[in-house]
Amino acid sequence: MLKDALKSERPTTPVEVLELVADAGAAGRALEIIGGGTKRSIGAVTGAAAVLSLAKLDKVVDYAPEELVLTAQAGARLSDLEQLVAAEGQMLPFEPPHLTGLLGSRGEPTLGGVLAANLSGPRRIRAGAARDHFLGFEAVTGRGEAVKAGGKVVKNVTGYDLSKLMAGSWGTLAVLTEVTIKVLPAGRTELTLLFFGLDDSRACELMAKAMNAPVELSGAAHLPTRTAARKPLKGEMAVTALRLEGFEASVAARTEALIAALKSFGRAEQLDAEHSREFWTQVREVEAFRGDKRPLWRISVAPASGWRVGEALSGDALYDWAGGLIWLLSQDDPAKVRGVVHALGGHTACYRGEGSGFEPVVGSLAALSARVKAAFDPNGVLNPGRMAKS
Amino acid sequence: MPAPDVALIARKAEIVRALSRIVPGEGVIGHADGLVPFQSDGLSAYRQTPLAVVLPETTEQVSAVLAWCQANGVKVVPRGAGTSLSGGALPLQDGVVLGMAKFNRVLEIDLENRCAVVQPGVTNLAITDAVQADGFYYAPDPSSQIACTIGGNVAENSGGVHCLKYGLTTNNVLGCELVLMSGEVVRLGGKGFDAAGYDLMGVVTGSEGLLGVVTEVTVRLLPTPQMARALLLGFASVEAAGAVVGDIIAAGVIPAGLEMMDNPAIRAAEAFVGAGYPTEAAALLIVELDGPEAECAELAGHVRAIANARGATSIQVSQSEAERLAFWAGRKAAFPAVGRIAADYYCMDGTIPRRQLPHVLTRITEMAQSYGLGVANVFHAGDGNLHPLILYDADKSGELEKAEAFGADILKLCVAVGGVLTGEHGVGVEKRDLMGEMFNETDLACQQRVKCAFDPDLLLNPGKVFPRLHRCAELGRVHVHRGQVAFPELPRF
Repeated sequence: MLKDALKSERPTTPVEVLELVADAGAAGRALEIIGGGTKRSIGAVTGAAAVLSLAKLDKVVDYAPEELVLTAQAGARLSDLEQLVAAEGQMLPFEPPHLTGLLGSRGEPTLGGVLAANLSGPRRIRAGAARDHFLGFEAVTGRGEAVKAGGKVVKNVTGYDLSKLMAGSWGTLAVLTEVTIKVLPAGRTELTLLFFGLDDSRACELMAKAMNAPVELSGAAHLPTRTAARKPLKGEMAVTALRLEGFEASVAARTEALIAALKSFGRAEQLDAEHSREFWTQVREVEAFRGDKRPLWRISVAPASGWRVGEALSGDALYDWAGGLIWLLSQDDPAKVRGVVHALGGHTACYRGEGSGFEPVVGSLAALSARVKAAFDPNGVLNPGRMAKS
Repeated sequence: MPAPDVALIARKAEIVRALSRIVPGEGVIGHADGLVPFQSDGLSAYRQTPLAVVLPETTEQVSAVLAWCQANGVKVVPRGAGTSLSGGALPLQDGVVLGMAKFNRVLEIDLENRCAVVQPGVTNLAITDAVQADGFYYAPDPSSQIACTIGGNVAENSGGVHCLKYGLTTNNVLGCELVLMSGEVVRLGGKGFDAAGYDLMGVVTGSEGLLGVVTEVTVRLLPTPQMARALLLGFASVEAAGAVVGDIIAAGVIPAGLEMMDNPAIRAAEAFVGAGYPTEAAALLIVELDGPEAECAELAGHVRAIANARGATSIQVSQSEAERLAFWAGRKAAFPAVGRIAADYYCMDGTIPRRQLPHVLTRITEMAQSYGLGVANVFHAGDGNLHPLILYDADKSGELEKAEAFGADILKLCVAVGGVLTGEHGVGVEKRDLMGEMFNETDLACQQRVKCAFDPDLLLNPGKVFPRLHRCAELGRVHVHRGQVAFPELPRF
């Protein structure tokens, strides 16, 4: 791979990051910015002269469980942090997916990388996305300036909320060097209800009904028959799953309420805590679609419209976020995929396959986005090509 | 504030005529009497009569007004209900106030997707009113929720007593229609969980009316919890109450609300509403739990045990909805209650790491003594958001200035212990000159370049948030040469 032939810089301090970016800017060279490098295949960077890896900026700066706040350098490994907070009975609320299996990538995802990609797992429907827990940061902009924004407390409105802008910018605005996130207590227990044999539209209806009940659902996913039949589930029928987390008595009461509210959808089976965890890890990591060569789309629409995507396009789908997130393996023409999703008011990203990447924003929003990019990185030093033309 | 443009003020008649052509009928106010109600917002110590007020009714009118103002170099101050506590809607002598009150319709309720599309002038509480019969509500609940508008909530990223569990405005809005100063209309976000491209909705939320004017908002709705129960816990010391807050969270409980009041606040509230508060307690905690009955009962048991272990001097658990509301009545009336024991009060809004609470409250007491002013503290204890109420008398010469200096010292202390200047009220004009306590020039220049991307002529709500506004052309230069960054003398990390 040409990319691997690029010179790789692995700074060990934020000051070195600053110098590398400033030097690149002064010399008119572009940089590819990576954490663990596990998501490099999505929206590939073109024309970078070197790779800047944050992997050696991997320290935990401060973790105060009772303050619900964790500050770490951007290259801190996600799995290390998950263990760190789990030891205190806490969790990263947005349940970040690692996606290494799905993308066939080696290496360890980092906290900075998952925030830059704004990736969130099944709990997003209840707890919010990565961006919702991103409290503040230190970074080096494409201008070669070290900046900080936000704070290290859970509630703060001082100045613009630039953390939101960093989340989902895929390293095109600034190189994160240190990030602060909100953490939360993990549920004491969890339980999953499984419903079988529903078609996609009926499953979306069930998930909406469950979401609309006061039961604080923390997962709602649907695996249509062909998806459920694949590894690792190897089931015989479509599976629709609902997760409840919390204190034991509460989970029991909510389970009962949910079963009563969803009687018309058939009998529900229950997964205990251990099997529930296993199941939702598989959903989070989209394990059913590992190793398939077809193009893989990540599609976001209003949840109630989710099933229409599967209806209009060929291939295999996995629905998360109560129908609001669709992973689709499809050989349909990319223009057709985008057309169907746009007609439903949603948007796509292609995570694997030819033309992998993000779709450009259009119209006056494109001009505004370009001005925002120029505010941080006027000369295009950071990750050129990664987020299409935005 | 920036020095008023005398030449522009002289063009008032022409400006009013031009705006009246865009918003006909009663849509433009130019005469002095009509402008009086717009002179200030919730931060009433600051007053300024605007050049004119324009009250558009459609997005097209907002777009045309902004485009005309940009073409003619006229500054614009957007305004919702005018309840800002930081002077976010304070008018400019040489600027037009853009009042959004006529945008007061709920456009769509989409329960399948648990969201509502509303106009920005709809009040926070009216959203809940529109959906509560269906078993839903809008979670953020700033104390001014009967009056404040959702457009203002987006501008300020408003919080409330329930944001520990349910988040601020930014965590509860999905999309908006935004008009830029150029008159361009953009749509950000939508009904889905995430949007394409940069999260501009995220940076517009909490931008204090400096980036654009919101003309439509899509908010997230939540199913109403089955029930709520509150505990009222009295303590002989602030330290004990603070420790209980930490213990509750360490036990894995995230209450829907977790409030603290100190003794002066307890006494003022009790004298005002007679909520049954223990007036001898040094600190009072209100812990609200919500969810199914079984959950409330289980968690109330945990909280009670924690409070006992820390030597609570009184413990009451609400046995009915009426009792729960009574527990809250004192807290919700804390500001007017304090208003009864002092001629005037000045409300601060810093956030601190909770472990710093005893230290910060001790320092505030010491500062109060040295300034010779009273202070009462109410505190969103769960998320560390402190509201010291400084008591003063504006009729006594020099007291307002003293109160402001005291307030600034409190906020500097918040930053010094690892906290921030404002948890939910915004920077506005009030804390503008303190921004340097948290951010250096490079940080502020970075934020201002975002402003320039949205409003290159700096015409939208100037004089707020930033201590100094640099011209965008000046900020646009790249100050880097061979690794030599601008402002090399400033600390970087």
